[in-house]
Amino acid sequence: MAGAVSYRRSKRDRVLVVDDDASLAEMLGIVLDGEGLTAHVVRSGSEVMDAFASFKPDLVLLDLMLPGVDGMAVCRRIRATSAVPIIMLTAKSDTPDVVRGLEAGADDYITKPFKNTELVARIRARLRRTDELREPLEFGDIVLDPGAHTVARAGQPLELTPLEFDLLSCLISDPSHVFTREELLTKVWGYHHPGDTKLVNVHMTRLRSKIEDDADDPSVIRTVRGVGYQAIAPS
Amino acid sequence: MAHDADETGPPGPPGRGMLRRVARRVTGFWRRSIQARVVVSTIVLSSLVVGMTGWALLARVSAGLTDDRRDAAIGEARVGFESAQAQFDATVVTDGTTQAQALNQLVDSLTGPRDAPRGHEVVLEGPLVPERDQAPVRSSSAIDASAIPADLRRSVESRSGVLWRYSAVVRPGGDRVPALVVGQRLRSPGTGEAYAMFYVFSLEDQAETLALVRNALLAGGGAMVLMVGAVAWIVSRQVLNPVRLARRIAERFASGSLEQRMLVQGEDDIARLSTSFNQMAASLQSQIRRLENLSRLQQRFVSDVSHELRTPLTTVQMASEVLYDARHRFDPQTARSAELLKRELDRFEELLVNLLDLSRFDAGAARLELEPVDLAAVARRAVDDPVLQRHGITVRVLGGDERAVVQADVRRVDRVVRNLLTNAARYSGSDVVEVEVGQAADRVTLVVRDFGVGLSGDENLRVFDRFWRADPARAHGGTGLGLAISREDAALHGGSLQAWGRAGEGAEFVLTLPREVRRDGTVLSEPVVTAVFA
Repeated sequence: MAGAVSYRRSKRDRVLVVDDDASLAEMLGIVLDGEGLTAHVVRSGSEVMDAFASFKPDLVLLDLMLPGVDGMAVCRRIRATSAVPIIMLTAKSDTPDVVRGLEAGADDYITKPFKNTELVARIRARLRRTDELREPLEFGDIVLDPGAHTVARAGQPLELTPLEFDLLSCLISDPSHVFTREELLTKVWGYHHPGDTKLVNVHMTRLRSKIEDDADDPSVIRTVRGVGYQAIAPS
Repeated sequence: MAHDADETGPPGPPGRGMLRRVARRVTGFWRRSIQARVVVSTIVLSSLVVGMTGWALLARVSAGLTDDRRDAAIGEARVGFESAQAQFDATVVTDGTTQAQALNQLVDSLTGPRDAPRGHEVVLEGPLVPERDQAPVRSSSAIDASAIPADLRRSVESRSGVLWRYSAVVRPGGDRVPALVVGQRLRSPGTGEAYAMFYVFSLEDQAETLALVRNALLAGGGAMVLMVGAVAWIVSRQVLNPVRLARRIAERFASGSLEQRMLVQGEDDIARLSTSFNQMAASLQSQIRRLENLSRLQQRFVSDVSHELRTPLTTVQMASEVLYDARHRFDPQTARSAELLKRELDRFEELLVNLLDLSRFDAGAARLELEPVDLAAVARRAVDDPVLQRHGITVRVLGGDERAVVQADVRRVDRVVRNLLTNAARYSGSDVVEVEVGQAADRVTLVVRDFGVGLSGDENLRVFDRFWRADPARAHGGTGLGLAISREDAALHGGSLQAWGRAGEGAEFVLTLPREVRRDGTVLSEPVVTAVFA
């Protein structure tokens, strides 16, 4: 397995692979390595936090079905300490599992079996940086700094994950427009998930819980029934 | 909606409506309640029997009573007439006043003393003068001459012999009492004058006795009828109560509480009914439990298989892709092997996914994730379908401008449309595919139409069979399960997927979905779009 796992320190993006299946884990290592990513494989949930601390990954690829500690718990533990993008691997396309994973803090999920290109596209979409230096955006009392990747509302800094940051900046970039879920999927998740609206729903809920005064009665991100979402400048 | 107004009709008087409502209630109760029918018919029948027996009994008693009284009365009257005739014969009267006195004495003597209780009164008419209607009348006590029936009087005046008739007399109090009138013509030999003499016997005692008997019969009969009705009610209740209980328990059983059982008491028919019912319930319950268990097991198995197969398949597929991407570095045979490996692995994956989906349908484990889906947008997306593009097929979208929103599972709808488009691309040979959307108030139809080889015979039904292929030689990949799954997807929404085609002209696949998903098992099958090849 050592051949599959690279510990080189470089500019390459680092992916922490958590999977209990030895062959799949090794194969994931080979494919990611071939794509110019540095992969570190962990085989059980209990080793994840140590590896996370020492490897400092830019992204975590996490199998939901883990022996010992289950994937959801690992996901929550990582999310408690870091905003690092998390992609779940799941053998079940059954929704309750996927939704629970997303609610536990995963940014995206991919169902087995998948194509290498699909996997890599999703990883790249999560690693993508809005590198072009833009002026900080002001939207009512919300200040969004794309360069520093920070958001503040009424002077208070908000802890947003990169995905939530992208979601918010996408909505704010054009307040006159009502974004459909499909549009948000394409613009924020960066690829076409046909009709996978639970991704949008779960993350919209989490984003609102951070920026809205009252998440049950949202005033910044309005729901347009049957169409999608629209940003409204808070006064 | 003039039709509706006609049906309600002009408002009638409120009383009639209520009457009709009451009548409907009563007939409804009559139809539903066996007990009511049993009790009412028992009462009607027993009243009939009691009434007829009572009537016959009363007739016999009445006849017996009056016949005896009549014979006695006639005998008594005959004696009276004879003594009167004897007096007429013995008396020679010349003076008118004396004659009148004698006649009064005769009446008095026949009646008996004024104060003593008497069974009869006497009326004497005469002398009778043929040309005069009204002859002088002498009568005992307070008897009115009008008590003598006119026809009897005429018969007595014209004929000899003892004649009798039933009648009624008015007593001084004003009561009419039944009476027997016996009359005979008497002749005075001295003067040659004729007299009519009548005995009037009161039948009051007999009438009283009869009334007593009749009242007793009425009261007895009524009580008996009521008692029979009550007995019928109690008996029918005894029989029907267990039946009603059985009905209630059967209803509860049918609505899903499979533990419902009847109480078995004794060894009678009801107990045997309960026992049989309970046996049936137990057998049904065990069957249902067994099927539920089976379905649960199958669902679990499918889920396990799915999970256990997916992980190794993912690894194999990833590996095959790595080999495939590096095939230019291999010798030709190895390179071709890598190609075949990848292609067939893709097919294997599709087959596995389809089989798992089908078994989920079969186990009843398929669930819908509903949200508003615009079928017009789905139709417009068909233009970008990669399979159609690869086959160089032009897509025409009809009716895609107007929103056509249904409550549906967007992944399933997308899958159905993708399957239909892929199907058209792979098998029809058509270079144009039409996607048409039509909508009505309660449903939306999406048609995928091609102008290729078409369908012939019963192929429009067989295309939905699992693993069915029109022409095995033209099997361009695919699993043969796509259309079967699509039809299940449509049915899960309470909609339908139908196919029509004509050989050599083309085929169309018509997906009809209800605006709101139907869960009552009914299926919408009438499409909104006019079928071209139907």
